[in-house]
Amino acid sequence: MVSFQLNGRPVNVSAQPDTPLLWVIRDEIGLTGTKFGCGIGLCGACTVHVQGRAVRSCIVSVGSVSGAAVITIEGLDPDGKHPLQTAWIDRQVPQCGYCQSGQIMQAATLLQDFPDPTPDDITAVMNGNLCRCMAYIRIRAAILLAADMLRRGER
Amino acid sequence: MKRFGPERSERSAGPSRRGFLIAASGVGIMLGFIPARLAVGAERPLSEPQALFEPTIWYAIDRQGRVAVNIIRAEMGQHVGTALARIIAEELEVDWDQVTINHVDSDPKWGLMVTGGSWSVWQNFPAMSRAGAAGRLALVAEGAKLLDVDPATCIARSGAVHAGTRAITYGEIVTRGDLRRTFSVEQLQAMPIKPAADRRLIGQDVAALDIPSKTDGTAVYGIDATVPGLVHARPKLPPTRNDSKVVSIDDNAARAVPGYIRSVALEDPSGTVPGWVMVFADSVTAAERATDLVKVVWTVGPSAKVSEKDIQDHAARLIADPKGGALVVDDPGLDAAFQAAGSTLERTYTTSSAMHFQMEPVNALAFEKDGLFEIHTGNQWQSLILPTLAKALGRPEATIILRTYLLGGGFGRRLNGDYAVPAALAAQTIGQPVKMVLTRADDMRFDSFRSPSVQTLRMAFDGGGLVTAMDHHAAAGWPTEVMVPGFMPKASNGVAYDPFAISGADHWYNVGAQRVRALSNDLANRSFRPGWLRSVGPGWTNWAVESFMDEAALAVGVDPLVFRLRMLDGTGRNAGSPPNAVGGAKRQAAVLAAVAQRAGWETALPAGSGLGIATTFGQERDMPTWVACVARVRVNRTTGDVVVERLTLVADAGTVVHPDGALAQMEGAALWGLSLALHEGSEFSNGQIRDTNLNSYTPLRMGDVPDLDIAFIPSEEVPTGLGEPATTVVGPAIGNAIFAATGARVRHLPIRPAAILAALASASPR
Repeated sequence: MVSFQLNGRPVNVSAQPDTPLLWVIRDEIGLTGTKFGCGIGLCGACTVHVQGRAVRSCIVSVGSVSGAAVITIEGLDPDGKHPLQTAWIDRQVPQCGYCQSGQIMQAATLLQDFPDPTPDDITAVMNGNLCRCMAYIRIRAAILLAADMLRRGER
Repeated sequence: MKRFGPERSERSAGPSRRGFLIAASGVGIMLGFIPARLAVGAERPLSEPQALFEPTIWYAIDRQGRVAVNIIRAEMGQHVGTALARIIAEELEVDWDQVTINHVDSDPKWGLMVTGGSWSVWQNFPAMSRAGAAGRLALVAEGAKLLDVDPATCIARSGAVHAGTRAITYGEIVTRGDLRRTFSVEQLQAMPIKPAADRRLIGQDVAALDIPSKTDGTAVYGIDATVPGLVHARPKLPPTRNDSKVVSIDDNAARAVPGYIRSVALEDPSGTVPGWVMVFADSVTAAERATDLVKVVWTVGPSAKVSEKDIQDHAARLIADPKGGALVVDDPGLDAAFQAAGSTLERTYTTSSAMHFQMEPVNALAFEKDGLFEIHTGNQWQSLILPTLAKALGRPEATIILRTYLLGGGFGRRLNGDYAVPAALAAQTIGQPVKMVLTRADDMRFDSFRSPSVQTLRMAFDGGGLVTAMDHHAAAGWPTEVMVPGFMPKASNGVAYDPFAISGADHWYNVGAQRVRALSNDLANRSFRPGWLRSVGPGWTNWAVESFMDEAALAVGVDPLVFRLRMLDGTGRNAGSPPNAVGGAKRQAAVLAAVAQRAGWETALPAGSGLGIATTFGQERDMPTWVACVARVRVNRTTGDVVVERLTLVADAGTVVHPDGALAQMEGAALWGLSLALHEGSEFSNGQIRDTNLNSYTPLRMGDVPDLDIAFIPSEEVPTGLGEPATTVVGPAIGNAIFAATGARVRHLPIRPAAILAALASASPR
């Protein structure tokens, strides 16, 4: 039994502690917005926040997040209206959409670390998130838009 | 007819040849095409209530006036439902916020279900326009009756019928009126479709309907499917794609994995997954770990030792033998032209195996319920895999249903629904719902990847350097031959061929006498399952054609742009014809000239930088999307590294229905072209693909994205496709730019630094 906080609520799960967090979130808890892509931490589709940091949940064991606060795409904003999500729609970013939960979760910590990111900052942080549809130009544009919204205090 | 695709057969016997029916129901009206058997004697009254609800239904309007459009095409990032629903909404005269879309499950009533070839908008445009127009006509007639006015004085706008200052909404007409009505085929074909100037939705930017759910985790993909009581499964893959047989299974070590259930060798009457062992467990993780520990002994097929080099050597032998193959273009006088030539040029181009790497590894959930075998998975070609599933399961196709989900990437991988078969067999075998999810490495090993190819091109010039003949021989694995041989047309010499594996070689340049010979690489076909990968053949044929055009231009001392424009003169068979190719090669010349101007073709660049140009007609001569690209690259002569600084693209796809979606497809396809040119490529080795994950297979990342400048030629011509065309021009444009920058000519895709250094070493200094 492992206990942690998921999207602000305490959860107890029965999975073996060495089970990847990804599959606990998806199959035991049933939140499927977090996606499986490569299983080796190189595509970023499974990105969630652990204690406020973006991590690849496919290579993080559930045992290692015992007691920690985990946020998934479903918990990023109670109404699904985080500035990044608004910007993602405004810029019509997703194509197939499969990687976008991970992209948005990665971008959310990017904006915490770099509230006024340069294109190079964005590339440096986002380069680990593969978008096979290659919507990269729009991902970049949406991050810049969201940063602008945050600076203006818009939601 | 030289060639046909799956959509062609639908076009000839499909909705556009059927009547149209409007039927009242309890909650609203439904509008759809009359099934073929009812359409015979089209206008006969349909008195049986059952018949009214039977037809293929394309959209429904409820009592609130909301329009729900049924989409039979797979959503894999192209926002296809948004494009198709708009075509209906345009003619129906409803506002966009009244429209919803519904991606439907497989059902014979939909006719052929396939999503590929960049066909969806092109194929559906006429039928969907008429479906919308028929609905509008009926609503106006009934609305006029309810308003007690002459229908001729009414207009339809924003989901209401207006007569002067009075109006009645569609919802009210549906509620109060009697909308039962049929239209004959003739009436439908005479249905006036709006002139382009009157369009209110087509060509305007609206938000894609599928996007919001793709930003908050609520979008549901095949991998998200679930059902109570399911068992997880992962395959233990055999050493070869074909011909492996299980000898024994030893699961002693796997039994130590908590949650492991058992391992079973699948018996597959369809032959889709020979030698597969399915490992069952109570979680994905347990299945994954147990599979690693299960030991299986197989007898393997003859492909166990086959390498990429074997396949390419075989291709070269096929080309060297003048016999064999399909003569897709076979003009008289070719040999004479070469004999009489003042000079000739011959070059060979090759491409490596390339992987789909769609982000969502293939998966399926399967179970039997109430006499129906349900398979929950994302798929691009339901009509292709259903008969295979019927054979595998030994039950009628009518008792199998494919439940539709979003696709976490298609790119042609999910045209081949082979992954549905083992999940279904596993569920049948253990009598429980089974959810099979492949690991990334499994997905890569099981991929129907793009076959490696070899192509040899020859050109004859007269004494003045004008082109008098062109000869193109292409050998590759043929996906259509392996997976759906009945779809192969016959060439002029009677040999059946895979049209998708040669398209592009039958280009729109006037080159005098032309020959195109398509050769099936049977060693490739036996050793793996060749797949349709975004743009299919045009991904390699145009690498050859457009690299060769540059080499030919150089050989006769003409600017590569001028050389091409001269041959894109729009005469003879390249004059084009209605409806799909009005203007012919002149439209290709127009995009080429436009891209050159836009990219500053004449501009001098610093040493080590260069511009390269290429142009294609997208996918097929029958549905040309004219596209051209200029790549600007910078090459490091010491390391051979290439930086693509800018890609400029111009496309003429006729009418653009969803401009922002069209732009997104161009952006993604152009970057795919770049990724395939410089960052991807794998190798077949000992009966398996070499690269199985991102540690060695490295698609383009954000850091390598160049500036993109994309423009569309404004047009009111027939809408063609945009999902693939841009992938076909970027590779050769980059190769040509590398030559312009350095004098190094590369003839293999992907272009590796080592190949540039080798070419530099052999090139004359510039």
